[in-house]
Amino acid sequence: MTYASQVAMTLPEIVLALGALALMLVAAWGGPSSTRAVSWTAVAVLGGACLALIGPATSGLSAFDGMYHADAFAGFSKVLIYIAAAVAILLAPSFFERTAGDDLRPEYPVLILLSAIGMGIMVSTGDLLTLYIGLELQSLAAYVLASFMRQDQRSAEAGLKYFVLGALASGILLYGISLVYGFTGSTLFYEIAGAYAAAPLSGDGKSIGLMFGLVFVFAGIAFKISAVPFHMWTPDVYEGAPTPVTAFFASAPKVAAMGLAARVAIEAMGPAEAQWRQIVIFAALASIIFGAVAAIGQSNIKRLLAYSSINNVGFALIGLAAGTPEGVAAVLTYMAIYVVMTLGSFLVVLQMRASDGQPIETIASLSGLSRTRPGLAAALAIFMFSLAGIPPLFGFWAKFAVFDAAVRAGLFPLAVVGIAASTIGAYYYLRVVKTMYFDEPTAEFGEGDKLEGGLIAAAAVVVSPLGYLAIPLLGGWTMAAAQALF
Amino acid sequence: MNGSIGLIHYLVVAALLFTMGVLGIFLNRKNIIVILMAIELILLAVNINLVAFSAALGDLVGQVFAMFVLTVAAGEAAIGLAILVIFFRGRGSISVDDPSRMKG
Repeated sequence: MTYASQVAMTLPEIVLALGALALMLVAAWGGPSSTRAVSWTAVAVLGGACLALIGPATSGLSAFDGMYHADAFAGFSKVLIYIAAAVAILLAPSFFERTAGDDLRPEYPVLILLSAIGMGIMVSTGDLLTLYIGLELQSLAAYVLASFMRQDQRSAEAGLKYFVLGALASGILLYGISLVYGFTGSTLFYEIAGAYAAAPLSGDGKSIGLMFGLVFVFAGIAFKISAVPFHMWTPDVYEGAPTPVTAFFASAPKVAAMGLAARVAIEAMGPAEAQWRQIVIFAALASIIFGAVAAIGQSNIKRLLAYSSINNVGFALIGLAAGTPEGVAAVLTYMAIYVVMTLGSFLVVLQMRASDGQPIETIASLSGLSRTRPGLAAALAIFMFSLAGIPPLFGFWAKFAVFDAAVRAGLFPLAVVGIAASTIGAYYYLRVVKTMYFDEPTAEFGEGDKLEGGLIAAAAVVVSPLGYLAIPLLGGWTMAAAQALF
Repeated sequence: MNGSIGLIHYLVVAALLFTMGVLGIFLNRKNIIVILMAIELILLAVNINLVAFSAALGDLVGQVFAMFVLTVAAGEAAIGLAILVIFFRGRGSISVDDPSRMKG
């Protein structure tokens, strides 16, 4: 393979990197007045990166001696990531315009682009070094985004908490990486898999080292997907960060970190499946139960959605615990549907503004929404029912796919406990619906934005029963993507 | 090997540094600069591990990795301090005990 053909496989990242660098210069020279142009160009660059996925970038080959995989798995995850990133850029102008304090600055779309490059590298990684660089590129941009509203004390606090706990997670992950490297002698995933297959984890010194490395690596990744017991940063960061940034955090980085978890679990540590499966099952059940129970007492809608994201990551991990191609396909299906549901919910949260344009975040302020803004209430009801996994909405299919994969892999107790716990989760989603439809109206929200209204309608149509029409297509893509890992 | 410093000694030192770093984050009750120092301690522990393994295995990848970790750590510290400055401007304090603006 020539060097040029290997570089061609990284075309999406190259497009994004050049775009981000060029836009950074425009932002530096143009100042705040260039914000609108930079935002739309950034969305176009993300579209260009999507187009760049056609061809060598999804050829199924590996570049740079296996450090970078250009396969269908990476392609599918990247499409989700780029769409979520584009939506996060489109949401920002109207939010920052109406909110008192900070204006939107042109650095915002540039930071989202940089974060998207990191996430693209995360889902393409075939080596622990590429993994680390991708993860850090994503995280460093995200820390800045969380504290983007510099006048707002909550935003600064969110950024600081995210930074400290994110850096701790990177440290834990790195310590695991150093142990895995030391005891397997390589950072390449396929060589690590060979070393795990050759050394049955029996109890001698080497296998203890391998085991410790595996545990630390999974703990670090659990932090990034905010799975229990490494979830404590999520509610504070989601509440404090500006809402468009929260929408971004809840969607794209979750897809990237889940993709990374699947790659590490299957490609690098596939032979040690019995060991990591215990960790994944524990994290899955703990996330589902804790996410559901802790959400019950929340009065802030962004905190509620934070616990909802913890809960949903637990369900996606059930698919990973199966460890089969069907399981990984189910994870991808789940993340695809989850991204649409969660972006839709945050779009509705963005519409919650007082008449003077200030954002409102209490669930109580939604009361009587069905009478004041029936369309908005119907959309949020669809997202809530879908997140709860109630048929015939599309969220049901996502949960069905992961439980189906778990049952096929023989994990009956896991599936049973998961289904039982999902009914606890239904309670707080339904409470939001009850507030909107059965409580007396209190305050009316200010007028909405046309672009956001269109995006809400599009997301609502996708998670409505019409979404089932996409199942043959989605099933084919996710299965092809999952096969690339095995 | 008797009396000489081998791989295991390096690993023990790195493990101790790593533990001190993690404890520094969780047990620290003073201010946030100490947390940043604890994070650096964790990353340095990792670097000792990587270089020690690299030397023991006779493989250069570990040392290359350590270089990347150093570079990223510098970027991380810069961003952490920048966020800390914004935080201080709003609060006038960088104490860990300062009550949080968010509850739940």
